[in-house]
Amino acid sequence: MHVKILIGTAAATAVLAGFSSAALTGGEWGKYQVGDLRSGYTYAAPETRAIQDDDFENPAMLALDYGAELWSMKDGDANKSCADCHNDAEDSMKGVGARYPAFYEPWDKPINVELRINECRENNMKAKPWKYESREMLGMTSYVKYQSRDMPVNVDIGGPSTPFFQKGKAFYYERRGQLDLACKHCHEDNSGNMIRANLLSQGQSNGFPTYRLKWQGVGSLHRRFRGCNSQVRSTPFGYGSDEYVNLELYLAWRGRGLPVESPSVRN
Amino acid sequence: MFSGEREETLRTGRYLIPILGIAGLLAAFALASGDARAEELAKFMVKDGNSIPQSLTGRPGTPENGRKVAIDRKKGNCLACHAMPVPEQPFHGAVGPDLAGVGSRYDAGELRLRIVNPKYANPDTIMPAFYKANGLHRVLKGFEGKSLLSAEEVEDVVAYLVTLKE
Ligand code: HEC
Ligand code: HEC
Ligand code: HEC
Repeated sequence: MHVKILIGTAAATAVLAGFSSAALTGGEWGKYQVGDLRSGYTYAAPETRAIQDDDFENPAMLALDYGAELWSMKDGDANKSCADCHNDAEDSMKGVGARYPAFYEPWDKPINVELRINECRENNMKAKPWKYESREMLGMTSYVKYQSRDMPVNVDIGGPSTPFFQKGKAFYYERRGQLDLACKHCHEDNSGNMIRANLLSQGQSNGFPTYRLKWQGVGSLHRRFRGCNSQVRSTPFGYGSDEYVNLELYLAWRGRGLPVESPSVRN
Repeated sequence: MFSGEREETLRTGRYLIPILGIAGLLAAFALASGDARAEELAKFMVKDGNSIPQSLTGRPGTPENGRKVAIDRKKGNCLACHAMPVPEQPFHGAVGPDLAGVGSRYDAGELRLRIVNPKYANPDTIMPAFYKANGLHRVLKGFEGKSLLSAEEVEDVVAYLVTLKE
């Protein structure tokens, strides 16, 4: 398959991407660049970008299709589907991907799309929550976020969300792990630089869930956080943990204005 | 870059400079220790916040082994961030400066400090301390209380870097 061949050359193309992105500066990235903010798309290898550009080639679309299927499947003791209450996702879910994480009063804290979906499953459908990194959850999250495609990321960090946002920000700047590095050392101080065979991006969140060639599958933002924690030899936090939701809120704010790209494709 | 953030980073920087100024003064010829399970790590002296003049093992290192340690992804992994005169290895990083000629720019003591703990020279650096084992946050199981390199390995890397003349 096309995608498999590409994986072998991913490292080499990452190097090439270093050159091509250096040549393309000054807002030449169209919708993928807003001022100094650049989506991970602009740091991906040209071949990787080509896969994302073509909805028929984009393997992440399989997850999306599965999400669409689940949308109208009845489940749980209430025997309801998402569609029974939310009707057409194109209308009811539009903007959700751009606004989340959002403050959720019943829990008195911000929650992300994954947690919101499980809240509906448990409370409104009386169904078992999906595992965070399951095919179901990734599919549904992709489908819900896709309804905001190309809308600018625009999270609310005011009011009751502010203290959570501050925690996410502190996390971003805190050194951790045996390598003693903070997110900012790689993604703020060194975006655009090669770290071995990888071109460091700004670590933006607007493309998640993402199909990563290295993973050979779709993964959540929290999976990426766990990878970025582990690679500096730091103990990762749990999927859907408060720490990661706060970080997700902060990251969305950093990337405010970038288009929702879910589901994206990355090296 | 991220204008709001940048300011904040600078502000942190300003706090750090006075703090480090004092620490630097104290550190000048004060005994510092690599730390934690500290017993295991050799003690060393930091001179003027810019040099660790004495060998951690009391002996000179071996340049050939230092080259190996520097390349090894599980040890120095220096190529992640630095270009180096090791043409047989692909993909040299560009986060730090090219290490070719670094032996002409710094003496052995200055190089040792930059391997042991480059934060003495630059508190905000991305380069890890290779001979430090405590004061670290949320270290992954199995790596707690351990420095990235042993005293011998640090000395070997220093001996190798000294050979990289202009
Ligand atoms: C040692 C360097 C390093 C550190 C520290 C690091 N990352 Fe990453 N991160 C990477 C690399 C390499 C990639 C893959 C290439 C890229 O997109 O930069 C990546 C990718 C990402 C991505 C995916 C971007 C996209 O467009 O798909 C996100 C999000 C991210 N990192 C967030 C974080 C967060 C949050 C932290 C702090 C908890 C962090 N990273 C710490 C190296 C790092
Ligand atoms: C029994 C009715 C019901 C079912 C079934 C249901 N939901 Fe909901 N859902 C709600 C209600 C009520 C809200 C809160 C509406 C509001 O705040 O405007 C909500 C809110 C949401 C939100 C947040 C929307 C926003 O604008 O913040 C998402 C996302 C969501 N549901 C997804 C799902 C998904 C996915 C499913 C299927 C797995 C599902 N829901 C099933 C009733 C339901
Ligand atoms: C995560 C990235 C990273 C890694 C890994 C790394 N360095 Fe560095 N190094 C840097 C950066 C960035 C600098 C620039 C100075 C600073 O930030 O303080 C630097 C500076 C240096 C300097 C001073 C060079 C000069 O010209 O001023 C030496 C020597 C050095 N590194 C050696 C090493 C060695 C040897 C290794 C492996 C054992 C290594 N580095 C691993 C990022 C790194």
